[in-house]
Amino acid sequence: MDTDDVLDTAQQWLASGRKVALGTVVKTWGSAPRQAGSQIAVRDDGAFAGSVSGGCIEGAVIESAQESMRDGMVRNLEFGVSDETAWSVGLACGGHIEIFVEPLIDA
Amino acid sequence: MKRATLYAINEARRDKRAVVRAVDLASGEERLIDIASAGASPLERAAINAARTDKSGSFEDDGRNWFLAVYSPPLDLAIVGAAHIAQVLSQTAWLAGYGVRIIDPRTAFATAERFPNVAISHDWPDEALAKAPLGMRSALVALTHDPKIDDPALQTALRSSCFYIGALGSKKTHAGRLARLKAAGFSDSELARIHGPIGLNIGARSPAEIAISILAEMTIRLRTDGEWEHRAARTTA
Repeated sequence: MDTDDVLDTAQQWLASGRKVALGTVVKTWGSAPRQAGSQIAVRDDGAFAGSVSGGCIEGAVIESAQESMRDGMVRNLEFGVSDETAWSVGLACGGHIEIFVEPLIDA
Repeated sequence: MKRATLYAINEARRDKRAVVRAVDLASGEERLIDIASAGASPLERAAINAARTDKSGSFEDDGRNWFLAVYSPPLDLAIVGAAHIAQVLSQTAWLAGYGVRIIDPRTAFATAERFPNVAISHDWPDEALAKAPLGMRSALVALTHDPKIDDPALQTALRSSCFYIGALGSKKTHAGRLARLKAAGFSDSELARIHGPIGLNIGARSPAEIAISILAEMTIRLRTDGEWEHRAARTTA
């Protein structure tokens, strides 16, 4: 699925009264599967559209997105093989990725 | 991201306008920059550059760390000639993210059954391309071998800013085509934009393989600055 479909899906979710947050790949090193600008839209119940990796870190990003919907704050996440916690979520490609997470707000 | 920004990005996509969203990674503060009317501030100039190369990325300005997310208009592929290759190419290009249109005045060829997911025009190519012009995100592929149909399409493409022009036919057919276009007033450097014989030399034989070689050549033109070009020998498809 490509970025525009992700944002169309986000708009549909908002229109149906749901809360939504976005995750965006802002930086990659090494063999990261998705390039900067790739996006994921996450709904309050954890449903999502799009991708920010080959499936390795989506779970952690979805969790962080749900927190951002609750407190309204942005977040910067970092995943890489050098990071013990990151390894546990499984960025097995050997790459390093930074993700920006933000809630969709009305203001 | 503000709800209004999301709606504005989606609207720009539908209107085929390039926009860049700058977001401050520390605060979440954002600016939506319309590339057609962007000004000369460092942030706006960086946005214009990001849009031109279709590459999202970071930008530091005045101690602030911005991320520039590029939302480009969709890619456009105009295929002239509803041949067998066109059936496969329209599907593979659609999978690669192109909006695909088939232009063929021969109504028996370009039918909805043969071309699902594709816009079909039975106009002559110059008329069809006047109604929906080629832009920087467009590719044109001429497949009929028929100068009556291919030549007006190629002439229109050469006068446009499209990123790829390809024409099917043997070396001999292509030489004849170049001679006709030269007689019509195009220079050698203009004619060098036409990839003919079309496609990368991957030994393609079947229509599907030829379609892949064409899509690969389009991708090189779109995504690289031509550094692949000298390595990419041509097929004789």
